[in-house]
Amino acid sequence: MASETSAAAKRARPLSPHLQIYKPQITSVLSILHRITGVALSVGTLLLVLWIVAVAFGDDGFYAGYMSFLRSGFGMLMLFGWTVALFYHLLNGIRHLFWDAGIGFDLETTRKSGLAVLAGTAALSVAVWAAALAAGAR
Amino acid sequence: MTKLRTPLGRMRGLGSAKDGTHHWWAQRVTAIALVPLLVWLVFNVVMLTGAPMISVAHWMGHPINAALLAALVVALFHHAQLGLQVVIEDYVHCEAIKIASLLAMKGLCWILAAIAVLSIFRISVLVVFFKG
Repeated sequence: MASETSAAAKRARPLSPHLQIYKPQITSVLSILHRITGVALSVGTLLLVLWIVAVAFGDDGFYAGYMSFLRSGFGMLMLFGWTVALFYHLLNGIRHLFWDAGIGFDLETTRKSGLAVLAGTAALSVAVWAAALAAGAR
Repeated sequence: MTKLRTPLGRMRGLGSAKDGTHHWWAQRVTAIALVPLLVWLVFNVVMLTGAPMISVAHWMGHPINAALLAALVVALFHHAQLGLQVVIEDYVHCEAIKIASLLAMKGLCWILAAIAVLSIFRISVLVVFFKG
């Protein structure tokens, strides 16, 4: 029995797609982007926690320091990346929830919903930043 | 969902991971909760852009905002913890390092969530005593 199992294990078995061989497709690229943005958002949550903690300390100087860090070039870049990652993960997550319900699984719908996620991410990121910059300039 | 499982697996209620569909289901529940909560947060953060700390404190300390923000933080860290768990399980193959990184990641998520929730509570209390 044990030898049969090991013989079966040695048989040529189907492998996962080789990333170096497979041409990137919208489905595979958006799939790995969901994971990458998820990890990035987990790290980016530190920005939100630090914001809450800064207010809880009630120290105006500390809060102002954190705000000026976020207003710096690097801070703005992080916040912009956070916005894009958030909207991507949010919209693609909704796409995943539809799949979980068994909706939109065929290739053409998958491609179209993927493009819609990308367009929605761009539109929402630009809209939020336009609104935030307008609010911040008050 | 139950149709995807074998009769024996359903009878035992657990799979090879020993937690049945709980991980999958919890990830979906937190995802659905986070959709409206994050839309609410982004809208309010945009509104608060450039506002002084005292205005932000009054916003965070408002009972409804404090409750929603705490719910968001808990759902977010639960969701992040579930997702990061799968990433670690997929890419870390050494069992000892895998378990150590899973424990460290989950511990960090718990602590950060606790810090955020207690900070929100502190802000709510302070706002009551220093109104105006």
